[in-house]
Amino acid sequence: MEKEILILAIESSCDETAAAVVRNGREVLSNVISSQIDLHTLYGGVVPEIASRKHIERINQVITQALLEASCTLQDLDCIGVTYGPGLVGALLVGVAEAKAIAYAAHLPLVGVHHIEGHVSANYIEHPDLEPPFLCLIVSGGHTHLVIVKDYGVFEILGRTRDDAAGEAFDKVARAIGLGYPGGPKIDRVSREGDPDAVFFPQGKLEDNPYDFSFSGVKSAVLNYLNHAQMTGETIRQADIAASFQKSVVSVLVSHTMQAAEDFGMDRVAIAGGVASNASLRAAMEEACREKGYRFYRPSPILCTDNAAMIGCAAYYEFLKGTRHGWDLNAVPNLRLGER
Amino acid sequence: MKILALDSSGNVATVSLLQDDILLSEYTIDHKKTHSQTLLPMLDEIMRRVEFPLESIDAIAVAKGPGSFTGLRIGAATAKGLGLALDKPLIPVPTTAAMACLLWDHPGIVCPIMDARRSQVYTGIYRFADGRLETVEDQMALPIEELLIKLNARQEPVAFLGDGVPVFEKQIREGMKVPCSFAPAHLNRQRAGAVAWLGAQLFRQGIYETAADHRPDYLRVSQAERERAARLAKEKEGQDR
Repeated sequence: MEKEILILAIESSCDETAAAVVRNGREVLSNVISSQIDLHTLYGGVVPEIASRKHIERINQVITQALLEASCTLQDLDCIGVTYGPGLVGALLVGVAEAKAIAYAAHLPLVGVHHIEGHVSANYIEHPDLEPPFLCLIVSGGHTHLVIVKDYGVFEILGRTRDDAAGEAFDKVARAIGLGYPGGPKIDRVSREGDPDAVFFPQGKLEDNPYDFSFSGVKSAVLNYLNHAQMTGETIRQADIAASFQKSVVSVLVSHTMQAAEDFGMDRVAIAGGVASNASLRAAMEEACREKGYRFYRPSPILCTDNAAMIGCAAYYEFLKGTRHGWDLNAVPNLRLGER
Repeated sequence: MKILALDSSGNVATVSLLQDDILLSEYTIDHKKTHSQTLLPMLDEIMRRVEFPLESIDAIAVAKGPGSFTGLRIGAATAKGLGLALDKPLIPVPTTAAMACLLWDHPGIVCPIMDARRSQVYTGIYRFADGRLETVEDQMALPIEELLIKLNARQEPVAFLGDGVPVFEKQIREGMKVPCSFAPAHLNRQRAGAVAWLGAQLFRQGIYETAADHRPDYLRVSQAERERAARLAKEKEGQDR
């Protein structure tokens, strides 16, 4: 039997302080997440300086808890994996400096991981049979990418957002209709009581690349609608606006993905990232895949949110490839997908 | 007793290893590159030179603040990671107190100043008596003008050091009514040797904490918190009226 590889992974790119222990890439022994969401809700969004301060206060406890729950010590590990970008630079730096110091003192190799590769990898944890190549839609508060995962850690980017990320549009619309932060889960929830056909909000269409996205148009359409309603004294139903907006975003995400699957002959389709936990998106994508006879993969909601288990999984495949980072590893806030 | 020390509170990245009364090694860089890229490679370098296993240290002294928020966190996270992996305590050393130790036994006041932006300085007021460092006024963030008023009131000569000197030297020279001097290049920035030495004194006094508990002492809340507090205060004022 092959030697088992145990990885401790650390993630601190935004407002979640997370650590996990993962065995052989896909078996999660622990997955500890300390969320700061209540704190940032006071400010209507993530405040970078507050996020960084909370990371430093919680990080050792989170790591210790992850080791404890996995019943292992640093001596049992083979590698430390850490998110080094993209994300908030001050937040990333806490995880990177901590991971480097632990790896250095425990004489372990260090592997830096791309946050978005981590999100894609969440699917490997959820679906033991899934292997590249497959098509993946990555949607979160900071990212919207449509990619072909050609191999572990190897991506062909087909499309990306030209303006707002999908999750960003959810946050902005949620704020405008008085739902507050975090917008994604709140719109998802309230939409269930709304009529998705109450208002027609247009989908962003881009002529030059059928796989690119634009969400600023639909966001503006919602804001214009609200302004108009306010001026004419028309009452708006929050749930209807939310459901109609969500329908517009979800349908463009699904149609682009299906178009790409057809054009590139991909019969396996995955979704990843925070917005991948949106119930409407999951249902619509599953339905579209069923119609076409594609296999559909999605992580469970806990693996869609920022977590370290997915980072441990991505680190594992990098570790096997021989990727090692030095003690000078820096946080790279604008790290591009597929870049090392 | 072996103390490992690091300070990344300002532009300087500095690491050292102290064994009892011998500073075995000190490595200081004040040149470009971020602390994230330099601090751990520098530590690795000094550990290679001294040929001690890292496991043999007794504690990790770290400049706890004030300083650049990000710089402090790089130092803190590095110290916390080392502390976690080695199961060693952390000694939180006040940044300006360690800097004051660079001008050991200066007769009069020693006043380290760090540029805190928003025309303020991070500072502390120190003096030496009976071979000990005395804290006259603990670390604080305040406008340079207010600091000069405090110092003039003491009517003692003052020695300044720190990265606030080049920023505020003109104001200091104009505003000081008592004799003042400025430390030379080899003594005017953070040095991990001083952090280690002061750390060792604090350690003997029982002033240390677990790596998990350590957090920087910023002396300032974040901008978002400050603005929110101001807004809430304003709203409350409106209600009370």
